[in-house]
Amino acid sequence: MGRFLLPVVAVVAMVIVLMIGLTRDPSKLPSPFIGQPAPEFDLPSLSNPDERVGSASYAGQMVLVNIWATWCVGCREEHAFLNELQRKGAIPIYGINWRDNRAEALRWLSEFGDPYVASGFDVDARVGIDWGAYGAPETFLVSADGIVLYKHLGPLNPHIWQNIFMPLIAAEGATR
Amino acid sequence: MTLRTRVAYGLVFLLLLVGAPSVFAIDTGKPFDDPVLQARYESIIAEVRCLVCQNESIKDSNAFLASDLRREIRRMLEEGMTDGEIYDFLVDRYGEFVLYRPRASGKTLFLWIAPGLLLVGGALQLARVVRRRMALPIGDVS
Repeated sequence: MGRFLLPVVAVVAMVIVLMIGLTRDPSKLPSPFIGQPAPEFDLPSLSNPDERVGSASYAGQMVLVNIWATWCVGCREEHAFLNELQRKGAIPIYGINWRDNRAEALRWLSEFGDPYVASGFDVDARVGIDWGAYGAPETFLVSADGIVLYKHLGPLNPHIWQNIFMPLIAAEGATR
Repeated sequence: MTLRTRVAYGLVFLLLLVGAPSVFAIDTGKPFDDPVLQARYESIIAEVRCLVCQNESIKDSNAFLASDLRREIRRMLEEGMTDGEIYDFLVDRYGEFVLYRPRASGKTLFLWIAPGLLLVGGALQLARVVRRRMALPIGDVS
């Protein structure tokens, strides 16, 4: 009896570990930026190529940085919710328009509404790479000190907003 | 079908087979003039995972992310960065997972030593079993 105990325990432990592994989504990777300073960027504005949009635009403010594109289905899905956040004045949202076409991006914003304070036009994805972007939409919560508090991969929705972003924003506000 | 048309079809088919790989080449960038740089470039892009298509390296993937990263790696090589600096650049932005061969660090240490531990554990267990059996009287096969 005793000689079977160890193998049985080992197998059960392994099954549990592997089953936990099965419940996770392998496409969602931990961002190396959490708790780190957000990457700085400086891009031409989407709406006006002569203006600049970048990390300097929101220095000292807690903001959302949202990486979006017109070719991205998930971006269309979350757009109405971003509009709602903007309407409620929840938090300033800055966009990084990623690997897109300027005319199409502007048409998208005039058609579906523009939740962004401003969007930078990242046509060659250089800034996208600096932010570690690999699957739009990606939404970063950046503190007033420029630290990434959270990154959400995929469309934002009220559930995630209430359960993850709001507590983080409240906790950050409380420590200041 | 006459023999001649068969042969003609066969030749066309063969031509397609031979021609296809160049048509479907993933990396359409111009090779480096310096063969050493080209070799480094090819070895790096084979080691970097394309995160949108996780079982492909950026060498094998035609996802736009892969082509963006190939372009950046090309630029960094031209700027004279070392392989280590280029891997650091990628890991800083995409995390350790971007490398097919994670580097030995605190987080990945277990990953690296696990095979050794298993080997040593197995060898110890084997030695124990053998020693126990050797102590048995000869002829006792139960």
